[in-house]
Amino acid sequence: MEKIILFAPLVGALIGGFGWRIIGEKGAQYLTTGLLFLAAILSWVVFLGFDGETRLIEIMTWIQSGTLDTSWSIRLDRLTAIMLIVVTSVSSLVHLYSFGYMAHDENFDDAKGESYRARFFAYLSFFTFTMLMLVTSDNLVQMFFGWEGVGVASYLLIGFYYKKPSANAAAMKAFVVNRVGDFGFALGIFGLFYMTGSINFDEVFTAAPDLAHQNISFLWTEWNAANLLAFLLFIGAMGKSAQFFLHTWLPDAMEGPTPVSALIHAATMVTAGVFLVVRMSPLMEFAPGATTIIVYVGAITAFFAATVGLVQNDIKRVIAYSTCSQLGYMFVAAGVGVYSAAMFHLFTHAFFKAMLFLGAGSVIHAMHHEQDMRNYGGLRKKIPLTYWAMMIGTLAITGVGIPLTYYGFAGFLSKDAIIESAWGAHTSAGNFAFWMLVIAAFMTSFYSWRLMFLTFFGKPRGNPHTHDHAHESPVVMLIPLGALALGAVFAGMIWLKPFFGDHDTVNKFYGVPVHEVAADDHGAAAAVFEVDAGHTTDVAATDDHGAATEHAAGWTPGSGAVYTHPDNHVLDNAHHAPKWVKVSPFIAMLGGLLLALWMYIWNPSLPARLANAQPYLYRFLLNKWYVDEIYDFLFVKPSQALGRFLWKRGDQQTIDGALNGLALGIIPFFTRLAGRAQSGYIFTYAFWMVIGVLVLMTWLTISGGAE
Amino acid sequence: MENLLSIVTFVPLLAALILAIFLRGDDAPAQKNAKMLALIATSATFLLSIFILTGFDPANTGFQFVEEHDWILGLKYKMGVDGISILFVMLTTFLMPIVILSCWDVTTRVKDYMIAFLLLETLMLGVFMALDLVLFYVFFEAGLIPMFLIIGIWGGANRIYASFKFFLYTFIGSVLMLVAMIAMFLDAGTTDIPTLLTHSFSTAGFELMGFQIVGGMQTLLWLAFFASFAVKMPMWPVHTWLPDAHVQAPTAGSVILAAVLLKMGGYGFLRFSLPMFPVASDLLAPLVFWMSAIAIVYTSLVALVQEDMKKLIAYSSVAHMGYVTMGIFAANQQGVDGAIFQMLSHGFISGALFLCVGVIYDRMHTRDIDAYGGLVNRMPSYALIFMFFTMANVGLPGTSGFVGEFLVLMGIFQVNTWVAMFATSGVILSAAYALYLYRRVVMGELIKEALRTISDITPREKMIFAPLVVMTILLGVAPWLVTDIIGDSVAALVHNYHEALPVVAEATEAVAPASH
Repeated sequence: MEKIILFAPLVGALIGGFGWRIIGEKGAQYLTTGLLFLAAILSWVVFLGFDGETRLIEIMTWIQSGTLDTSWSIRLDRLTAIMLIVVTSVSSLVHLYSFGYMAHDENFDDAKGESYRARFFAYLSFFTFTMLMLVTSDNLVQMFFGWEGVGVASYLLIGFYYKKPSANAAAMKAFVVNRVGDFGFALGIFGLFYMTGSINFDEVFTAAPDLAHQNISFLWTEWNAANLLAFLLFIGAMGKSAQFFLHTWLPDAMEGPTPVSALIHAATMVTAGVFLVVRMSPLMEFAPGATTIIVYVGAITAFFAATVGLVQNDIKRVIAYSTCSQLGYMFVAAGVGVYSAAMFHLFTHAFFKAMLFLGAGSVIHAMHHEQDMRNYGGLRKKIPLTYWAMMIGTLAITGVGIPLTYYGFAGFLSKDAIIESAWGAHTSAGNFAFWMLVIAAFMTSFYSWRLMFLTFFGKPRGNPHTHDHAHESPVVMLIPLGALALGAVFAGMIWLKPFFGDHDTVNKFYGVPVHEVAADDHGAAAAVFEVDAGHTTDVAATDDHGAATEHAAGWTPGSGAVYTHPDNHVLDNAHHAPKWVKVSPFIAMLGGLLLALWMYIWNPSLPARLANAQPYLYRFLLNKWYVDEIYDFLFVKPSQALGRFLWKRGDQQTIDGALNGLALGIIPFFTRLAGRAQSGYIFTYAFWMVIGVLVLMTWLTISGGAE
Repeated sequence: MENLLSIVTFVPLLAALILAIFLRGDDAPAQKNAKMLALIATSATFLLSIFILTGFDPANTGFQFVEEHDWILGLKYKMGVDGISILFVMLTTFLMPIVILSCWDVTTRVKDYMIAFLLLETLMLGVFMALDLVLFYVFFEAGLIPMFLIIGIWGGANRIYASFKFFLYTFIGSVLMLVAMIAMFLDAGTTDIPTLLTHSFSTAGFELMGFQIVGGMQTLLWLAFFASFAVKMPMWPVHTWLPDAHVQAPTAGSVILAAVLLKMGGYGFLRFSLPMFPVASDLLAPLVFWMSAIAIVYTSLVALVQEDMKKLIAYSSVAHMGYVTMGIFAANQQGVDGAIFQMLSHGFISGALFLCVGVIYDRMHTRDIDAYGGLVNRMPSYALIFMFFTMANVGLPGTSGFVGEFLVLMGIFQVNTWVAMFATSGVILSAAYALYLYRRVVMGELIKEALRTISDITPREKMIFAPLVVMTILLGVAPWLVTDIIGDSVAALVHNYHEALPVVAEATEAVAPASH
């Protein structure tokens, strides 16, 4: 069954992509979508029936070289099961949605026979296949296959409108920036192989505790192996998940068709980095230095992207920065060691963010591919169903719910879980992240409501003709919105316990064998971990459940889908956070809503005045902190200049120059020797070669060595 | 068939002789006949070579199918293959029919052209099979003559300059190698390669013209061979002949040059430098590492700013060969496996990329990147194939390009992390130059007037690409097809190498595995 889930999208992509001339464009659409729904249904069957026991399903040998032994295989555990439903559900809905969205596209001319639909669906299915390879992999190399595979699919889909120079530039940028991350990821894989002799998860996880005590000499100095390798892998995660420094490609990726943004650049591919960190939790738990960096980077990204989101005018870019920011939240949760909360937000975010994008797509569809929110306004009546879908998405992302209870939209529960976890880390990084995330929550609320108000409220702006012709999207586009809306409303409430309940429930969910471990192990395990855990006792004291003792029962890394160190009490701390911590994101959300109301409903002239009053700040934010310009100045321009320098000065002047100097002395000699310049060299060459052989043979003959 | 290797080697030569002697005239039917005969001969060679593969025992790390006959002047004619060489033989025989097909539209001096290629195939196969120093040298050097003719007669406008350049580089390297071979003969008393492989050359240091030679004779011999193979690879800084040669060569010549001729250098390192001069190899490995790392970064940066498509791909080839050299001298299983894999994979991928350039060059007669743009609008099939090989070239997992690079980097990481870091940065740069090329040539609106009527690839062209696509995917998905064959031989090579290193050297290696 797992194999069917994995390969159904590939079959769809191949037949749809290459065979559409035979089965027709419509046929390709139905085939790919049908196979995706099949995969989605089977994924839900797997997820709901999954018992938490890790299983390996081998498909075929892959790379073998000496002690390196990797296979194409499926590792089925809770993490995989979660990702399976996220990927296949969103993907199948996006396929369906694309029936409507891609029905007509002004970038292509049907009259000229430019067919693009089959290609689009084939790409989508191909993406889904590579994403599934990524999440089901049992070793880091297969994961890298999926990792780069989704990169290619993303490249193809961002550049789908190949006639637009901006789309081509964005596609290339996405791939190259991701490669910067892959550079770190690859080095991390090499390092892991060097240290542990394997890159299969089971072996790496088993070796992880030892890595904490080992050193690896890398570049100029010795490093703690666990920290360095975790950090290198995280660089890969930064690239894929568009974290600060490597985030620049994500906003540009909005050049792709909107269903692509929903599937790849919101719900699935960009969360691969978070998935990687969670998947490597046995390593991360022993790498405190690396996880501290993860927390800082996540928190800074959450904050940075939210600030930029405040002022963007393109509806898709607002949501793109929002995605970037929400990914930062997930990294904070993973960094402080509450992997289940990271997965929880990943899970809920997939629903509501995909819905926001698809809703935005519906708006764009209605407005004839107008994406500038300044030209929207008053669309509430024109496209009421889209409006309500967007409203639910906004309620979910801003985190609306009843404080101090477990009732609320999906984002309310998962985002609060992360903010409480950040607080519960009790580290300076955690505290920093806590405040950054609360501030980001305020901004999230502001920009999300700003988007709603600019789009659906107020007076119509922009082209009145477009506005008059705005129309509700067809049913195939609304059904996916409805399905995702269900997720955005209920996913949080239904799955709160397994993802963020007390740690027994969470452990059970992830197949972590806590209580089964023999009591004898207790002492030994605790003794091992006591060494670097001076604070165990204080934490245990504040912990009225006595969780510390249960934790310390310990289990070996890798026997469940995630691993938490026996001293990792962040989950419990988060549950016992004071009330002010728990309500702070709610207050931030209300603040953001009120500010947005004030600026865009009650006092609509205020934003312009504010922008004029603070021109530098405004431009700084509008231009995304000038990161692109800085990179262009620091990397792009210099590497081109360096390339030109090496070519003209290095190759042509120095190397060839030296040779030409030599040649000037020698060539006339040879040309004289061979007579004609034109073909002289051949004869010269043959001549010398023959002489060489003759000399050799003479030597041999004279010395009589060859009997 | 005890003469299988000789049969495979000399079938093309036989065909060349038949062409030379019996084919008269230069009209269309005669040209057609020449091409057909060449195609049949190369295809037959390929089919025959399959027997080598099926009869080969990977577990046996010695030479197989060995033939030995007396030759002129008391020399021996000795041929054989082992796990190191067999796949290069297969690569050559596999590519030749494709190369012949790719010059189906050539009309100038077709008979001579076909003779040149057939002769070249015999000589290339000889290089990979020869088990005698003199025989190897003859094949190695003679192979350049048909290549020179191919560039010199069927090449571009500036072919004379390119040829001179090639000549100067190769000549100096070859002379040094010849001297080294004589020295080896004097020292070991034989030119038999299997015997030489077990001979240990002196490593005692001595003084030469005031210089202390560490590693003694091994070092000198190593350097002499290095001079020849480094030019062949080509390694930085002796790589500048390659872009010029590629630019001037006709498409089929470029394919052979990139796909097979460059591999002779890597094969030479594996056959001679590493096993025969292990101490010197160990001593000078850092030099190779840094030359390779510089090659990767340097030529990738240069590729980024090229305006000529062929030059860009040629520079990309130099970068890819950098992985090969560093993998070989990493001297561990992953490194050497990766190096061999990378050479095979590069044979398919770079060959295909030069064919891709050839397709549009045939139509537009320019290699200028600026002359193109928006080809996808008129040539969707071409765009797909070009995309595929571009991705394979940047080492996308799932294609063969990934496996070689990945194994090499994994191997080098265990030896020197600085070099590994620089080499790994190649994955960023290769993506940049390759996609930048693709974007400028294929993507965008089709604006240029001259391109309005350009036609998509023909069935014949598709037929040329099809086997290359299949191999690139097959080896990317099932690389064990290759490593199963080469694995044991490489393991033996690596084992013998480390055995041969003095205990002292080994001890220091173990203490500081990542010393700079």
